[in-house]
Amino acid sequence: MKQRATVLLGSAFVALAALAFAATRVIAADKVDPVADAKAFQNFFFQKFPNVKHEDFVNGPYSMNEDMKRQWQEKEEFPPYEFALDAGKEMFSTPFKNGKTYADCFPNGGIGIRQNYPYFDEKEGKVVTLELALNRCREANGEAPYSYVKDEMASLTAYMAYTSRGRPMDIKIPDDPRALAAYENGKRYFYTRRGQMNFSCASCHVQSPGERIRAETLAPALGILNAMPIYRSEWSGMGTTSRRFVTCNSQTRAVPLEPQSDEYRDVEYFLSYVANGLPISGPGARP
Amino acid sequence: MTVFPCKPALLVALALVAGAAPARAQSTMAAGQNLAFDRGKGNCLTCHVIKGGDLPGTIGPELKDIKAKYPDRNELFAIIFDETKRNPQTMMPPFGRNRILTEQEINAIVDFLQTL
Repeated sequence: MKQRATVLLGSAFVALAALAFAATRVIAADKVDPVADAKAFQNFFFQKFPNVKHEDFVNGPYSMNEDMKRQWQEKEEFPPYEFALDAGKEMFSTPFKNGKTYADCFPNGGIGIRQNYPYFDEKEGKVVTLELALNRCREANGEAPYSYVKDEMASLTAYMAYTSRGRPMDIKIPDDPRALAAYENGKRYFYTRRGQMNFSCASCHVQSPGERIRAETLAPALGILNAMPIYRSEWSGMGTTSRRFVTCNSQTRAVPLEPQSDEYRDVEYFLSYVANGLPISGPGARP
Repeated sequence: MTVFPCKPALLVALALVAGAAPARAQSTMAAGQNLAFDRGKGNCLTCHVIKGGDLPGTIGPELKDIKAKYPDRNELFAIIFDETKRNPQTMMPPFGRNRILTEQEINAIVDFLQTL
């Protein structure tokens, strides 16, 4: 009997939670407050890890304790992303068949601008990420787009991130209801449980950073994209933000979205915005 | 949700089986350990320290003294089946509800957990 009562109570709770969620979604339209969100998000991590320097959160699991930090420092002496960085630099300066270069597609010739991506494009009415902008640049110049997940795209973004190292993330949300809606959509995706394992992004990266799943230390969500792209030992290679999202989804047995689908672009917008002020550290290296 | 109406009957049946056949219980215990350690099944070690398991994670509590903590095996079954019912914030996947494990597999894991 007791178990049945618990089950009933549990169901009632779930139903109530669903109702509450539905209700907040209705109200959400005029209650989106990214500034307050970002402050609360950052404070949550600063209070949870009072001994971690704020700018160290961008080093993912390596920020979580002294042992990990030492591992990171050793790794940075011969960084595994170096070959990608060199390749990216060369690709970036090599002209397309039409004689133009990537520099022609970006403000400031593409140097030191990574911290401004993703941005909300008011003409398109959507979020534009650095990866998307790079492929659009290629296509506008008659070149075939690259795979979003690794190889050339990782090399190009590695180089662009490197030229922005140390610059604080600086994502803007223009006064446009579509920009707020994109932010809110990304936030909703981040906190929604999905897949057979029933995890949200936040389950691991807000509730459990610093904890281990088997031997792997979970990274804090704060600043997680500041280090992109990353060389991951687990991948034996480089991966972009797109790759990170796709593999997180498939590892929790959820259905991954297409790289650069609207929802992934919105999550990147949300996650980057709440990391405003923290330095770009990419390209990064991860276990 | 659909499994609840038939669960009491199933539990009674399993209790009978467990009581009547110690040799069988021994083998479901071993099967339970395999399921608990299997990365594609229970994968309990990802989050819990369990005696006899390598590379445990740290998210959940160590699984020990289980019989003292959960004298009622139904409670243990319910936690593995869908802990979100009791704690909506839990990290623990709803192994039964999301069909990561069958009821039979959960029962074998419960047998194993009760030996810890």
